[in-house]
Amino acid sequence: MKPISDSDLQAYVDGALTTARHAEVADYLDDHPSEAARIGDYIAQRDAVRAAYAPVIDEAVPAELDIATMIATRRNGRNGTVVRLMQRVAAVVALLLIGGVTGWQLNTWNHPRDAGLPALAREAAASYAVYAEDTQRPVEIGANDSAALNDWISNRLNHRLAAPDLSGAGFSLIGGRLVPTDHGPAGLFLYGKRGRTQIAVLVRPMGAVDRNARMRLEHTDGLAGYVWADDGIGYGVVGALPAMALHPIADAARQQAGQS
Amino acid sequence: MQDMIEIVGPMIPSLRRYARALLRDTAAADDLVQDTLERAISRWHQRREDASTRAWLLTILHNLAINTMRRNRRRGVPVAIDAVEESTMATLPAQEAGLAQRDVLRAVGQLPEDQRTLLLLMALEGVSYAEAATITGVPVGTVMSRLSRGRERLRSLLANPGETAARPMLRSVK
Repeated sequence: MKPISDSDLQAYVDGALTTARHAEVADYLDDHPSEAARIGDYIAQRDAVRAAYAPVIDEAVPAELDIATMIATRRNGRNGTVVRLMQRVAAVVALLLIGGVTGWQLNTWNHPRDAGLPALAREAAASYAVYAEDTQRPVEIGANDSAALNDWISNRLNHRLAAPDLSGAGFSLIGGRLVPTDHGPAGLFLYGKRGRTQIAVLVRPMGAVDRNARMRLEHTDGLAGYVWADDGIGYGVVGALPAMALHPIADAARQQAGQS
Repeated sequence: MQDMIEIVGPMIPSLRRYARALLRDTAAADDLVQDTLERAISRWHQRREDASTRAWLLTILHNLAINTMRRNRRRGVPVAIDAVEESTMATLPAQEAGLAQRDVLRAVGQLPEDQRTLLLLMALEGVSYAEAATITGVPVGTVMSRLSRGRERLRSLLANPGETAARPMLRSVK
């Protein structure tokens, strides 16, 4: 018989011996009471530990340890990761948009007169200053050929329009021309009373800003002007008249533009 | 993953039991089991088909438990062992015959970590020595010697209750 080793004694405690070897160790312990007491203590220790923790086996498993739920949640978790990623992408896009829009707005705030109605008002005033003062040839096409004038301006602006009729306010059309602006070609119509040019109407497509804007009063170099924009077409009515007198004329022009 | 539900599901109560014996804290033990299961789910298809799933799970749990116990040792366990035992045990130890469970548990808690782990593994999980070696990542010979020293140390602690594990223990460096 192989001598009994400490490993045999440990394996005896753990029930890890073959039946034959188990019997041999049992015989050995019968002959060695102190060893038997030691091994008996080991077994008692083990049984005490087992007994102490035995009730855990009968406890209900907490819901968060349910393996089926965990597997399902993990799948959702994967989708959740995608969702979170997309949310993050969306957040970045939103920030970029905010940055872009803010940048654009800052741009217009920094240069408020370079776009929108203020620019239109300035351009209308500049055209008025050049052509209304011109006694030689203020217009390219006169009022007697207003159909040709309207066609010309409409073609160049890619927008069908006609010179407003301001005769209700006592102003007759003198004629018009195409004028250059910082925002492309514009149509200019001049009106006068008793042979003197007093009102200019400037029409052009709006840029990105103020494509639809309520009528408002702008003063440029002491000249009053009413400007507005409808559906991307901007109008400026300027004249050597008090703003109060100019306002109903601008209203009449707007009303006709809306009907055309 | 249906096979995993069928195979692992029935093992969860014994995983909870072993985790609770290791950490002596119900909530921390269930957290440990949850971490174990999450890791097991993510690695289910990587496990060796021929190996015991229980030993595989216990290996994952063991490695996570080592980290938890080291963290606890650094931070200090926030609750006194006596208090934990009473709240942790489902039934208060009442056996006068044999060893008082409470004394045994307190003594087990005083064992060095490597001995305590093996003692609990053998007592509660009944794994083979080869599996215990795989789970704890040491050779079978080391398993045997740690088990032997742990049992003797436990016996001595129970025989001399005043003795504590504060005394440094010599460790095998095999």
